[in-house]
This record gives sequence, structure tokens and C-alpha cells, in this order.
Amino acid sequence: MLGLGVDRLQADINRLLTSLFHQGVLDEQFLQLQQLQDDTSPTFVYDVINIYFDESEKLLRNLRLLLMDREFSDYKKIGLHLNQLVGSSSSIGARRVRNVCVAFRSASELNNRPGCLRGLEVVEHEYHYLKNMMHELFQVLIHVISYTHNSLYNYLIDPT
Amino acid sequence: MGMAAAEWQFHVLAVDDSLFDRKLIERLLQKSSCQVTTVDSGYKALEFLSLRQGVESNNDTTVLSTSPQEVDLIITDYCMPGMTGYDLLKKLKESSAFKHIPVVIMSSENVPARISRCLEEGAEEFFLKPVRLANLNKLKPLMMKTKLKNQKLEEIEKLSKDANGTIEVEPEIKDSAEMGIKILPLQSEAEPKQVHLQVVQQEEQTLSNNKRKSMEEGLSADRPRPRLEGIATAV
Repeated sequence: MLGLGVDRLQADINRLLTSLFHQGVLDEQFLQLQQLQDDTSPTFVYDVINIYFDESEKLLRNLRLLLMDREFSDYKKIGLHLNQLVGSSSSIGARRVRNVCVAFRSASELNNRPGCLRGLEVVEHEYHYLKNMMHELFQVLIHVISYTHNSLYNYLIDPT
Repeated sequence: MGMAAAEWQFHVLAVDDSLFDRKLIERLLQKSSCQVTTVDSGYKALEFLSLRQGVESNNDTTVLSTSPQEVDLIITDYCMPGMTGYDLLKKLKESSAFKHIPVVIMSSENVPARISRCLEEGAEEFFLKPVRLANLNKLKPLMMKTKLKNQKLEEIEKLSKDANGTIEVEPEIKDSAEMGIKILPLQSEAEPKQVHLQVVQQEEQTLSNNKRKSMEEGLSADRPRPRLEGIATAV
């Protein structure tokens, strides 16, 4: 009775994750994060992903502000922000975001402003794609939880 | 072994300016059964250590109190604003109070020159981010060895305060990996440094690591081994 609905949702999760791995959006580092989650820290993956999104958004905002400034010249600062993004993206397993950040960083090292603007657009695009995917994943997970809880609840109320 | 269970739990001080990285390293360390304190800068790290170790302000005559919650390891990010991980490392090794604490540097950049500079300055290990559980497992024997060594040294210090000449001490604890614990006043340079190459996942980094290994081998031959008087070394 509990089985079918949850199985289907589980299948959805698997399909989504497999697709993300296949596309190179995520890499095995993402799985390493799962290993760190346990009973003593049951929401670790969720928490750390949220921190990643918060921090990344701040960095991307700052990058855009810097580059939009007509008198912009602080490529070093761009580099520092990108180092952060590259680092955290690697640590979370966001392979594609990491790679496009590296490309962006190369443009900043050459003081290439149009290259940087292009780089930023690509990073923003990849980042938002990842975020939407994660969001979708979370939605499915939430369904699994509420479904499981509901069934469990019903089962307890009426075991027949 | 005659020690209370609580004494075996290692206390690690983790330093990183990124909240994300702090969260990650904290979880990794907790998963490795370590007690963790995280701070977001080198300054805060030094502040924490000073409060913890009960240090007298005079650097020449520093008394280490046997605080039950000493820091057994410091793991720090390299790239930090203000005081970098390297700056922090230098400060720690220059301080008679803290130089006995093993330091590990982390970085998301694989820069061989940076790595060798840190190791030369006295860092025990250099981890490339993302750090994994396997990396931290390596640190346990290191922290164990240091903890035992320091306890032994404290005993000797107490003894030498009463007696007044040279003391020959036979250490009961032998380190299986190296020749044995040399009784020398907390100078990490005296032991031949065993450099562990970080297991790196990507192929592109193997090349630079090999380069680093050969650089390191070249360096260890040149490194001076200070001799200290007054205490016999036992091998």
C-alpha cells in the first residue's frame, strides 16, 4: 500500500539525478556529500546546498555590479570572487558551474572585459539551470516525505 | 592504555572565511569523530588558541597549561582575506606556545610552489579541495602521535624543573611509521618529514603532484636538522 507511490517518486528522483550526472551538471562529489549526512546531521545535504545557493547568488550579484560599472578595472576582485565560486562549486559537485567559472576566470586574468561579460552570462545561465534542477529534486523529495508520512499516518489510524 | 575515553577525542580548530567551506569541513571532521571549532579568520584562530591554551603573554617563557580541551590540529584554508593560511601558519610556527600543534593547509588551487612553501614552513599536510573523509583519516595517526608526544614532553618538563642537569629519557611510546619519538623541545624540523601526497581524483593533477613530489624530495635533503643540547635523543 505504501509501496507504489513512493516507488514512483523514488524512480523520479533517480531519473532526475541520473540525468544531471549524465549531462555533467553534477559529478561524484555530490554523492560524497550524501555520505556526510546521517542521523546526527539529517538535513546536512539540504542545508549545505542552500548555503551554496545563498553564497553563490551574492557572488554573482557582486560580479554583475562590478562589471556593469563603466569605470570598472578591478579584475583582481573578479578573480577573488571567482576563486570562491570555483571552490564551492567543486565542493558541492556542481561540475558545469565550476567549469564555466574557470573559463570566466581566464578572461579576467587577461583583463578582457567583453570576455568577462560573456563569461558572467554563461555562469549565470549554468547556475540557474542547476538551481532549477535542485528545486525540482527538492519538490519530489518533499512529495516523498509528505506521501510517506500521510500513508504512515493513515496506516496507524486504520491498520486494515 | 590508561587514558580516559574523553582524552582520545581530538579537538580540531578549522579556519575558513567561507561559510560554505566551514560547514563542509565541520561535518567532515564530526564524521571523523573529532570535536570541531570553526572560526572565520586567522585572527580569530589565534585569539581562540590564546584563550584555550592559557598562554602567558611573554613569548620567551611561555607556560603551557594542560587544558583538558587542547587543540590537537589546526586545519586552515589558504586563501583568506587579511591573514592568509600561510600567514597563520608562519605565526603559529614562530610562537613557542603553538608551534607544536600540527597544521594542515587546504586550497582549491593546485599550485606546486604554494604547496612546497607551506610544507617548508612546517605544515604537516596540504589538502586540495574538495576535502574528503579519506583525507581526514590520514590525520588521526598524526594527531595521536602529537598528543602522546606532547604529554610525554610535559612530563619531562616537570621533571627537568626539579632536576637541574641533563636528563636521559627513554620514550616508552614508539612510532611505528618513523624511527621513534625523539625527545627534542617541540621542534618539528628535527624529524625527517614524511610528506604524504594527496590522493587526487582528477588525472590532470597527477602530473603536477609528481612534480611536487620530486621537488619535495629535493628539498628534504637540504633541510637543516637542528641539534639540541641538554637532552639525549633516543632512537
